[in-house]
Amino acid sequence: MSLPSNDMMAAIAATRFGLGARPGEIEAARSDPRGFLTAQIRPEGADQPLGDGETSAQRLAELSDYQMQRREARQAGDPKADPVKEAQKMLRDQAGADFLARARLGATTDAAFRERWTLFWANHFTVSATKLTTATVVGPFEQEAIRPHVFGRFEDLLVASSTHPAMLLYLDQAQSVGPDSRAALYQRRNAKKAGGLNENLAREIMELHTVGVDAGYSQADVTEFARAMTGFSVGRPRDPNSHRFLFRDNAHQPGARTVMGKGYPQDGQAQALAVMRDLAASRRTAHHVSTKLAAHFVSDTPPPALVARLEMTYLDSGGRLDEMARALVAAPEAWDPAPAKFKTPYEFAISTWRAVGAEPSAIGKLGPVLTGLGQKPFAPPSPKGWADDAQTWCAPDALIKRLRFSEGFAAVAADRLDPDALAQSALGARLTPPVAKAVARAETRREAMALLLMSPEFQRR
Amino acid sequence: MNAHVSRRSLLLQAAGLGVSVSFLGGSAFAAADGPMARRKMVVVICRGGMDGLTVSPPVGDPDYAALRGAVAVTPDQALKLDGTFGLHPALESVHALALKGQARIAPAIASPDRARSHFEAQDVLETGAAQVYGVTTGWLNRTLEVMGPSTIEALSVGATAPLILRGKVQAASWSPGKGVDETARLPTLLQDLYKTDPMMGPAFARGLETEAMAQAAMTALNPAPTPVSTDAAAMAPKATWQNAVNTSDATPRVMAPPAMAQNAQAITNQRQGREAARQLGSTLAGFMTQASGPRIAAISLDGWDTHAGQVGQLNTRLSYLDAVLDGLNTGLGAEWSNTVVVVATEFGRTARVNGTGGTDHGTGSTALVLGGGLRKGGVIGDWPTLKPEALLENRDVRPTLDMRGLFKGVLAEHMGVDRAALESKVFPDSADAKAVTGLV
Repeated sequence: MSLPSNDMMAAIAATRFGLGARPGEIEAARSDPRGFLTAQIRPEGADQPLGDGETSAQRLAELSDYQMQRREARQAGDPKADPVKEAQKMLRDQAGADFLARARLGATTDAAFRERWTLFWANHFTVSATKLTTATVVGPFEQEAIRPHVFGRFEDLLVASSTHPAMLLYLDQAQSVGPDSRAALYQRRNAKKAGGLNENLAREIMELHTVGVDAGYSQADVTEFARAMTGFSVGRPRDPNSHRFLFRDNAHQPGARTVMGKGYPQDGQAQALAVMRDLAASRRTAHHVSTKLAAHFVSDTPPPALVARLEMTYLDSGGRLDEMARALVAAPEAWDPAPAKFKTPYEFAISTWRAVGAEPSAIGKLGPVLTGLGQKPFAPPSPKGWADDAQTWCAPDALIKRLRFSEGFAAVAADRLDPDALAQSALGARLTPPVAKAVARAETRREAMALLLMSPEFQRR
Repeated sequence: MNAHVSRRSLLLQAAGLGVSVSFLGGSAFAAADGPMARRKMVVVICRGGMDGLTVSPPVGDPDYAALRGAVAVTPDQALKLDGTFGLHPALESVHALALKGQARIAPAIASPDRARSHFEAQDVLETGAAQVYGVTTGWLNRTLEVMGPSTIEALSVGATAPLILRGKVQAASWSPGKGVDETARLPTLLQDLYKTDPMMGPAFARGLETEAMAQAAMTALNPAPTPVSTDAAAMAPKATWQNAVNTSDATPRVMAPPAMAQNAQAITNQRQGREAARQLGSTLAGFMTQASGPRIAAISLDGWDTHAGQVGQLNTRLSYLDAVLDGLNTGLGAEWSNTVVVVATEFGRTARVNGTGGTDHGTGSTALVLGGGLRKGGVIGDWPTLKPEALLENRDVRPTLDMRGLFKGVLAEHMGVDRAALESKVFPDSADAKAVTGLV
């Protein structure tokens, strides 16, 4: 497969691997488009958004305070007491500010491939704000569990995600208790309601995070893994590790486990970590992760040869994600000039701000746009995360909504800009003659800009 | 502010409930004259694994109370159907229909999938295939393929198109929001730019057409069952989980999930949520009662994955389901007698309560079948009981009925779909799943 010109590769580097070209970005990538991307791969991981710097433990402590206040207010017969309202507002504002900080990072970063790579992994290990307990910790989860590890080993990312309070709360692991654990025996002896097993996280680790649903495991494997994971929990306010990861030895199901044909005799916390190590090292995981990566960066129907090469890279490197990123940049399939990927709503919105060299200023504007387009901030509908395919996002209603957004955006941004220059700087060699002509012939700057944002090449990458 | 705006606001709220609506079918059906020409079908997909043992609790089954413990519906709470089954107390409208013989339960039904994966099971439910993978079109879309001339339209309401109606028949979609005038200059220019684009071209054209149809549906609405002013929408609490995003305020809605909430505010929220859900049902009815409106529609309702805190969560979700169905029934008016509604989920949940006040992924669940033209009420399929030896893998309600058999029965008897085409194209490899008979 021969590679396109440097002009075309520079445009692809900024728009397909990155998050859309900022003014001057394509020019900066022109001399060495691949080097422009590999220079963004670094051992310390992703950039961190500039939020309020609060940790998930702080956020969970604040939530716990709020719940206590609410209980007290309710007992006092006044559920609408001011402190409660204030606390609700604070919690809501925190999540909004986290999301805005992430969007601003995406809109302004010079290392947009690094950020896209990070968003991929954040979506792979989805925590959604659809539960009260996870409402304010999606941002901190990304910052603590995902961003530091995106160019490290997959296993480390898996363990970081699976031991993070946000994930343990989102998929109900924090409450899971081994039926024969000391905690359950004690509860039963004292005629209390005994806790029990919850297999939600164990199942999704196998199905979504590692080997994938077609890997040939059984219900018994899921249950055994869930038993091995009992004890993975979050410290309560009075525990030593309050609002942080806590392994509760007394909730751990005693005994050896068998998962996918392999025995795990370890005691305690080491048992589930050993299962995770084997899951991370599995060929099935290599295949699952490689397929998803190729689908994200190249095509909804990824080329089998590329998937096979990525799998080899994964297995040869011990699941090193920096090597995977380099393999993708090296892949000729990723440089096909035809843009096969349709942008998700978040990608589309971020790329419009990048095109004009601006950044979103208020969550009050960004939030409704994304919700209307079907991608409510921090709230994917299931642990599977957001869909990544054109069939999902290129729906008739979604295009109408994108047009509304583009018109509104152009009404604010277009009057200061030269539309022809904007088309060039945003798309470079990917700009097609019909779109260049339509932009040039538009009646107003606003119309020109809306046409550009809605053009087939801007909607795709 | 007028009633039109008020409906928009309420529908926006409904979007935040995780409810979306899809439409299929259109004027082309009118080509088939005769008694079948007015027949309508709605499929409600409850995503996340709806717990059949809560929807239609078998309070008369001697093992039920012990298996379910604290999450069991008690005989006092259940709305009685027969000696074995009741309905969850939130399903008041469904119960009223059941008493008239216009609603039935299939209490031990499942798709052919046994993996207990949401995503795989939803795929199988929506593709109508015998197993996951290999089939990428939805069975409702293939139904249209075998039924009608090529001008049939498909329409989904919601920002994304569900698998059940993906396929060869062109689908459209719509969701509440400001409209776009298709005669304006920009849409015209864009249609020109998209004319060689096989994906964006047809999708954009359909989007513009649907906007026009939506305007008609909104104005054709029957008066709301309960008058609702715009003030009600404006007063909607800003920090609740179900509140939809409107254009003036956009923080992610991340607060109190339904399980937490039994205070006055929560009850208010739930009442507003129910009203929004009812409006969504009656808006769908507004689409379907138009002369050239869709005759097949699909609704998605999210939020059924109750691993913990199940009781409160299902109280809320079932009250919304009931409100959607009530809005549909009321809005369809005389057309209710020409309509069959099927409510289905990808799998049921474990027969036993788990350690966290919820239930895990299971197998058999309950489907609801409703309609003014049902021949009779009662239970569809056999009840395997909850005896220890009757449970599947000592864990789940054992399915006695294949979901595809129920869908095939409705399509054959009610919609008049050719039986040979049903077997070969709509539900291939489903010979084991015999069509349910005696429905209408």
